[in-house]
Amino acid sequence: MALAFDEYGRPFIILKEQDQKTRLRGIDAQKANISAGKAVARILRTSLGPKGMDKILQSPDGDVTITNDGATILEQMDVDNQIAKLMVELSRSQDYEIGDGTTGVVVMAGALLEQAERLLERGIHPIRIAEGYEMASRIAVEHLEHISQKFDFGASNIEPLVQTCMTTLSSKIVNRCKRHLAEISVKAVLSVADLERKDVNLDMIKVEGKVGGKLEDTELIYGITVDKDMSHPQMPKQIEDAKIAILTCPFEPPKPKTKHKVDIDTVEKFQTLRLQEQKYFDDMVQKCKDVGATLVICQWGFDDEANHLLMHRNLPAVRWVGGVELELIAIATGGRIVPRFQELTPEKLGRAGLVREKSFGTTKDKMLYIEHCANSRAVTIFIRGGNKMMIEETKRSIHDALCVARNLIRNNSIVYGGGSAEISCSIAVEAAADKYPGVEQYAVRAFADALDSVPMALAENSGLQPIETLSAVKSQQIKENNPHYGIDCNDVGTNDMREQDVFETLIGKQQQILLATQVVKMILKIDDVISPSDY
Amino acid sequence: MAIEKILKDDASEEKGERARMASFVGAIAITDLVKTTLGPKGMDKILQSTGRGNEVTVTNDGATILKSLHIDNPAAKVLIDISKVQDDEVGDGTTSVVVLAGELLREAEKLVAAKIHPMTIISGYRMAAECARNALLQRVVDNKENAEKFKSDLMKIAMTTLSSKILSQDKEHFAQLAVDAVMRLKGSTNLEAIQIIKKPGGSLKDSFLDEGFILDKKIGLGQPKRIENAKILVANTAMDTDKVKIYGARVCVDSMSKVAEIEGAEKEKMREKVKKILGHGINCFVNRQLIYNFPEELFADAGILAIEHADFDGIERLALVTGGEIASTFDNPESVKLGHCKLIEEIMIGEDKLIHFSGVEMGQACTIVLRGASHHVLDEAERSLHDALCVLSQTVNDTRVLLGGGWPEMVMAKEVDELARKTPGKKSHAIEAFSRALVAIPTIIADNAGLDSADLVAKLRAEHHKEGCNAGIDVISGSVGDMAELGISEAFKVKQAVLLSATEAAEMILRVDEIITCAPRKREDRM
Repeated sequence: MALAFDEYGRPFIILKEQDQKTRLRGIDAQKANISAGKAVARILRTSLGPKGMDKILQSPDGDVTITNDGATILEQMDVDNQIAKLMVELSRSQDYEIGDGTTGVVVMAGALLEQAERLLERGIHPIRIAEGYEMASRIAVEHLEHISQKFDFGASNIEPLVQTCMTTLSSKIVNRCKRHLAEISVKAVLSVADLERKDVNLDMIKVEGKVGGKLEDTELIYGITVDKDMSHPQMPKQIEDAKIAILTCPFEPPKPKTKHKVDIDTVEKFQTLRLQEQKYFDDMVQKCKDVGATLVICQWGFDDEANHLLMHRNLPAVRWVGGVELELIAIATGGRIVPRFQELTPEKLGRAGLVREKSFGTTKDKMLYIEHCANSRAVTIFIRGGNKMMIEETKRSIHDALCVARNLIRNNSIVYGGGSAEISCSIAVEAAADKYPGVEQYAVRAFADALDSVPMALAENSGLQPIETLSAVKSQQIKENNPHYGIDCNDVGTNDMREQDVFETLIGKQQQILLATQVVKMILKIDDVISPSDY
Repeated sequence: MAIEKILKDDASEEKGERARMASFVGAIAITDLVKTTLGPKGMDKILQSTGRGNEVTVTNDGATILKSLHIDNPAAKVLIDISKVQDDEVGDGTTSVVVLAGELLREAEKLVAAKIHPMTIISGYRMAAECARNALLQRVVDNKENAEKFKSDLMKIAMTTLSSKILSQDKEHFAQLAVDAVMRLKGSTNLEAIQIIKKPGGSLKDSFLDEGFILDKKIGLGQPKRIENAKILVANTAMDTDKVKIYGARVCVDSMSKVAEIEGAEKEKMREKVKKILGHGINCFVNRQLIYNFPEELFADAGILAIEHADFDGIERLALVTGGEIASTFDNPESVKLGHCKLIEEIMIGEDKLIHFSGVEMGQACTIVLRGASHHVLDEAERSLHDALCVLSQTVNDTRVLLGGGWPEMVMAKEVDELARKTPGKKSHAIEAFSRALVAIPTIIADNAGLDSADLVAKLRAEHHKEGCNAGIDVISGSVGDMAELGISEAFKVKQAVLLSATEAAEMILRVDEIITCAPRKREDRM
């Protein structure tokens, strides 16, 4: 153990305070790790696919989240186990990189671990397993490339994009109006996409939600919404052809950063200070007016007097706008953020075709819409829904759909969904396995079995006989040499995914396999877990 | 080998059947709680707060009841949330939405026990909800063109809404009040313009709608109590000591006489400000902030009515009614818009003095003065009136109207039942269950009124098999009656919102197969 003896027989300590630590070594450590990983995968397994179920998560503060999104479930589960944390990381990195397939990647990793456990029992060294997995994943990724298809789309032909987004949305609670949401997501992505550079800046798409109304009322706004209202209740509620001054300085007397004191010791000083102050407000407002602004958006607050002066000079203004929103407004309207009144010039003003205030429901909620901006790249998706949880879940679903659309613009290769890609890879890997002479052969074959677990879970969640369905589809694929057969989750009647229009992005799938393999390799290589025991 | 624990110590995890059970039980418990408040003969609840003073609220309003509950069950929280949204969005139907969602889940529980997959139930419910909505759309009445009829529709809706509340005794009176108030808004849904003032004393019948505006403030001492043809300046400015706003300024003097000088200058400044205000040629000055004694005295000298500390809402409303603008600087009197009204006077309601502005320019805002025996009665009356106002203002925008008294539910149930017969597969069970859940609402209304619900609902169902039937439950006489003749109406928008949000919530809860509760955040002991 942690106690060793040197050549003179004197004991020395390798691990400090070892009685306070628990330690797992060798095969036990691997088994414990594998079972933790599997436990996480088991939780997510039931939310895979269009008929997957949701989870309720109650946070430490008692807030309730209802979701189907793998990354969100794991994030909020607050796991304690180290290996389980690795799985959480895994799903998170899939979320950052691809945005979709966060459940699939964890299920995949779980299946790989399960297979690895069996191989370990047969006495195969973990490193050999890891190497076999590595080889198999390379084969699978290459095979995916092989069966993938390019498809064309353009600003006028968005149908293929919409179809792919619909596949993503169909597993979420919003599948009731997936068509509508998919169209919105695609339009949003296309309007901010740079098709030549094949890049999409998702920061330009703002997803806002407001409780109330129906899911069908969700709309795409070519502009920006700000959850604020005009600073003075009597300012105009609608401005056409607005010229917007975007300020980060308050309509208040200046506060120099250096410490100072203005001492008043005579009546004259008191008077001049007062005049100075009045002039100050007047100048500020006049400055805005002079450059021709018709709307002032300010990051800070206004003094009462300044507020009235603005109102008086017929200059509508919005106060306390957050920094992020301010930047978005600046990007959208083509204006510059002005930190000082002195630097305000007509060129720095942003332009928008229409600015209007809209109120909702029976409460006093108001929002400001800035539309038809000069640089109309920034868009807002405005979600309505029955309750708060619904809106949060819709936001997450839209995020997934946006990511998928972005990935397609970056790389327009697709593979077919419904488990068909996994089955096809599994067949390819299985066939390749026999070519490996070493022990790795077993690991490669195990990898093929693990690939089967995704379609298996899909079939299980859809209430089909998993083994029966899978073997039927597999034999069909081999017989007809057609990689488009998958699991018919929605009971449409055909299992040709091309006819069902179920697509997934190629990079999404490849990333899933690569990430899952990497994590599994990492877990397999651990043979010693030292942790402080509970005290 | 033991299964590795992956969650933290106090966290719990419930899976599959158990999770579903937990959410069903929670949701149904909430439903049973508010069920008895449904309908004109529904009962009230007493809510006692745990805060200081153990305040008591007596109410019949679903949203208010649910808002005050402290619930731990996640599914129950979903239901509370939908009732809150219903309140924000349409204002009424807060109980119905929870009851319908609960009934849907109760039916779903039976189906799940009969081994039907939740996803199948959901798709059945969706089809049923769509069908029910179409059934309602076919039977709506829209009297937008006919102003006379529309007004009577509004009146009927208001009476129906109020009949389940504490105001039911004087529902005609209050319905009239609410309709008048909403008609003045001219289509805007901004209920802020309708002010409700509660004054204990008198009886509910003494409540009245005032065309003008009432400000719950006193007139300064020595100032005129009655002004005709008032010109009003509405302001938001400091009338105490006007501080120097430049940062870091402070007074630093070396002798007493200097202090006196500066004090003099300050007074002079205030005098000047008052003079400028007077320069507007006004005879009434309303300020949001405090007015100190010194300027108040100056105003009194000039024979001007000065009102201090009108809160922000009051100021905004006053500006809205009188048509003046809220001013903060007074340098150019010629361009400031002043408010006008015919008469300002001090009036007494009960024991309190209020300021009454009548004959105002813009007729949008108005004030409803509620009178009643106790604070509890008044609070509940305000909530009821608020419901009625919300529904009415929404109806003005969406003029489609339905009959009430369980009629819409029966119409929907009939259509949904027919759909169930046409649908092949397991979904038809779910659709049938949806129709049963719809019928549960008239059943509960009848039960709450102490009637024989089984008998009545059966009769109602038979009636509804005739084309174009208007039958609903007449709670007063305890029989099936013609809702059109009885004048019981409901707004289409409310019914639609109830239907859609209830289905959505039920769907959400049904989809869940696992509940993970994180360890509660440890409270730091501050003892």
